Amino acid sequence: MPKDGGIGDSTKRREDIRFLTGKGRYTDDINLRGQAYAYFLRSEVANGRINGIDAKAALAMPGVLAVLTGADFAGMGGNPAGWLINSRNGEPMKEPKRPVLAHGKVRHVGDAYAVVIAETYQQARDAAAAVEADITELPAVVDMAQALADSTNLVHDEIGTNQCFDWGWIEDNRAAVEEAFKNAPHVTTLELTNNRLVPNAMEPRASLADYDAGTGDYKLYTTSQNPHLHRLLIAAFVMGMPENKLTVIAPDVGGGFGSKIYHYGEEAAVLHAAKVLNRPVKWVAERSESFLSDAHGRDHVTKIELATTKDGQFLALRSETMANVGAYLSNFSTATPTFLHGTLMAGPYKTPLVYVNVKTVFTNTAPVDAYRGAGRPEATFSIERIIDKCARELGLDQAEIRRKNLLTPDQFPYTTPVGLVYDTGNYQATLDKMTELADLAGFEARRAESAKRGKLRGLGLSTWIEACGIAPSNLVGVLGARVGLFDAATVRVNATGNISVMTGAHSHGQGHETVFAQIVAEQLGIPATSVEIVHGDTSKIPFGMGSYGSRSLAVAGSAMTKAVDKIIAKGKKIAAHMLEASEDDIEFKDGNFSVAGTDKAKSFGEIAFSAYVPHNYPLESLEPGLEETAFYDPGNFTYPAGAYACEVEVDPDTGKVEIAAFTCADDFGNVMNPMIVNGQVHGGVGQGIGQALLENTSYDENGQLLTGSFMDYAMPRADDVPFYKVDHSCNTPCTHNPLGVKGCGEAGAIGSPPAVVNAVIDALHRGGHTHVSHINMPVSPARVWAAINSK
Amino acid sequence: MTKTSMTVNGKAVSAETEGRTLLSAYLREGLGLTGTHIGCDTSQCGACVVHVDGKAVKSCSVFAQDVEGADVTTIEGMANADGSLGTIQQAFQDHHGLQCGFCTPGMVMSSAALLAENPTPTEAEVRHYLEGNICRCTGYHNIVKAVMAASGQAVPAE
Repeated sequence: MPKDGGIGDSTKRREDIRFLTGKGRYTDDINLRGQAYAYFLRSEVANGRINGIDAKAALAMPGVLAVLTGADFAGMGGNPAGWLINSRNGEPMKEPKRPVLAHGKVRHVGDAYAVVIAETYQQARDAAAAVEADITELPAVVDMAQALADSTNLVHDEIGTNQCFDWGWIEDNRAAVEEAFKNAPHVTTLELTNNRLVPNAMEPRASLADYDAGTGDYKLYTTSQNPHLHRLLIAAFVMGMPENKLTVIAPDVGGGFGSKIYHYGEEAAVLHAAKVLNRPVKWVAERSESFLSDAHGRDHVTKIELATTKDGQFLALRSETMANVGAYLSNFSTATPTFLHGTLMAGPYKTPLVYVNVKTVFTNTAPVDAYRGAGRPEATFSIERIIDKCARELGLDQAEIRRKNLLTPDQFPYTTPVGLVYDTGNYQATLDKMTELADLAGFEARRAESAKRGKLRGLGLSTWIEACGIAPSNLVGVLGARVGLFDAATVRVNATGNISVMTGAHSHGQGHETVFAQIVAEQLGIPATSVEIVHGDTSKIPFGMGSYGSRSLAVAGSAMTKAVDKIIAKGKKIAAHMLEASEDDIEFKDGNFSVAGTDKAKSFGEIAFSAYVPHNYPLESLEPGLEETAFYDPGNFTYPAGAYACEVEVDPDTGKVEIAAFTCADDFGNVMNPMIVNGQVHGGVGQGIGQALLENTSYDENGQLLTGSFMDYAMPRADDVPFYKVDHSCNTPCTHNPLGVKGCGEAGAIGSPPAVVNAVIDALHRGGHTHVSHINMPVSPARVWAAINSK
Repeated sequence: MTKTSMTVNGKAVSAETEGRTLLSAYLREGLGLTGTHIGCDTSQCGACVVHVDGKAVKSCSVFAQDVEGADVTTIEGMANADGSLGTIQQAFQDHHGLQCGFCTPGMVMSSAALLAENPTPTEAEVRHYLEGNICRCTGYHNIVKAVMAASGQAVPAE
């Protein structure tokens, strides 16, 4: 049993108290004396030439302080893509400049081209209506296939194509895979889309910029998952200032899901405006702006093929994907459809040959980037759907075809044909656990009961894997990453024994303030209440790459435990001095430093106090103070995996799908706080069900966003989902990080969509509609009804 | 600008408003009660739910001047007199019914209104009542659990 508040305890979250009493401090809750307000003008057309912007009338309106346009930022740098991807022919990707504000051309509906600053938000908004923008609408590039086929109509004229890159992974596999397909006894083929989603964190993006004219220091409060990354991008790439002149603070952040990883133009715009006006400037997105300008997710069109023996042994898999990057390259947009997607196409299976081709396409739509799962949901959906189709073609049971092809525990470490090395796992164990928890044996009885009510019941499975704990810098550097993906922590023990931990991870719902304190408390044998976790402020924390890719514990948590190890080592030195013993003889256990084999001991508190009251320290060999910093770069990705089962009931008259049951058996390695881990899975599955059944981002042929609000973009609501059954007892601890953790933040969103769609197809087949082999997400009533009636 | 007065969390308050000032803006900007959150611009997300004369209301869909003199309760008024969490707030913490915390004030206010109307709702009734409150973090599992628990009913073990 864990000690109270230590590792493995479902400690209630300390941050909840402020959130439940209205004392959270989100960016829009912060106000600075004399702040002005920004309102951005956004393109109403998907593609247009800016002929001129006349702000005279707006500038004359009450309270208006300034109107800035793209021209005011034309001298600044571009917001860069974080990964350089090379095409199959060795050419580097096309990388058009992404300016702070559109200049010369607008490239998607919602592309910001000017900003009005006024004394109040309403004045800024009112004045925006008086800005006269002369914009000539041009034909929009919306459909990816058309964008690739038509080289006369370009999103970016200067690059001469709408293709960003044409990537093959692994190109050396290509010939062998083709050969395997030629000779395969059975080939299953499926064309599918992975629907475009809007992340829709409940807190819209917001920024509050401040400038100190005396020192030349900038400060930005913003909705960020990674304030140091924002500082780097804004200072070094866009605004061209020393990093030490910019502080970025991400206070409480109301969800991210990837969309708040990236630097957006609004942030640099308000920083610049704060300097120009010498006043703080605040901007808060309206939800309509979020829909138009936050980085969207997914949006793949894929053809996937699986070659097998007649009894369902996988021989080879290949896929061709068009991935939309939208109008500009967002920071991770080139990594998401490649190294977070192509490298996962082996799944948890022993498929010997895999080849993946991805063409990324510029279109006149909002940028597309990583959204919860990021590339791995797209890979998992393709793999798990084609396995389902293959099993049907061969007359095999869905669980059996998976069991036959899953890697077995004796195969680890396992090098996949797409370049990853899985360190550990037990996919049979999670499949068995899911089979038991979901009561698959009882499915037939439940199906019969549903049938009595006129409903078609179906069962869908998904056995998934992801690579997270992003990422080993040496590996991603070879693959084109322009940043390192280590993390850092400082552990500061104060003289009175309480501890501040400055972590590079950022919590925007994950509960780090509670969980990280549990870990430090366990390591040091002190109460968790003595430990405070500090995050989200570049002026306080040493460095950090932030939270995404299920990396917080695996990377930043590892840095933190390394720093605590250093604290213990320093504590031993101090104890050796205080106890007049050899450092080698000092043992640390349960919060006490003792001399081995004696009853001589000093408590952690006594050591801490001594470190700051060093009256008789041998200063040549022992420094005062008790504070340590550690950087941690992972040796490998981590590989969480799991087995999911979804049961649906389909109403054949209306096509409506209801989730009757959803069961998850996951392997996250060691679990620090089971309550929080379960909550992460619930949330991921909720989003996955949203993608599978409800959510879709739709642009018309002119590039107008048809789903621009919560009134026409179907977010999952409480009555769209059931209680979920979740389990994470089948643990194979990660072999290469100190806590043995793998990460759990994205799992639910990765594993669930194919389970839902497989269940719907299963229901239709069991109901006699065997002509339906696939329905694209979202599997809406209209699509299901049309599929049923398409014979 | 007009001076608009009402009772908020038991205190008589007033602040300057325009005709178009929403109750949500009045609370956040006029009174500094930033616990009420704005998550959308179409009255869909429910992050801004408060109680006006005992009824759950999306404060982004009401003009402040239209509720002059009303008795308003916000998330800041939901704790016990001694500052400890109220029953529903405590159930949300106990059952991990919140993650990022942004939708939470609206969820708590809606849940309180539900339990005032229907002290022992079924699971289906809880889910239906909370349709107007969007959460992106929790998949609703632990929110529904928390509301059921706050009503004194059994909840699923996990």
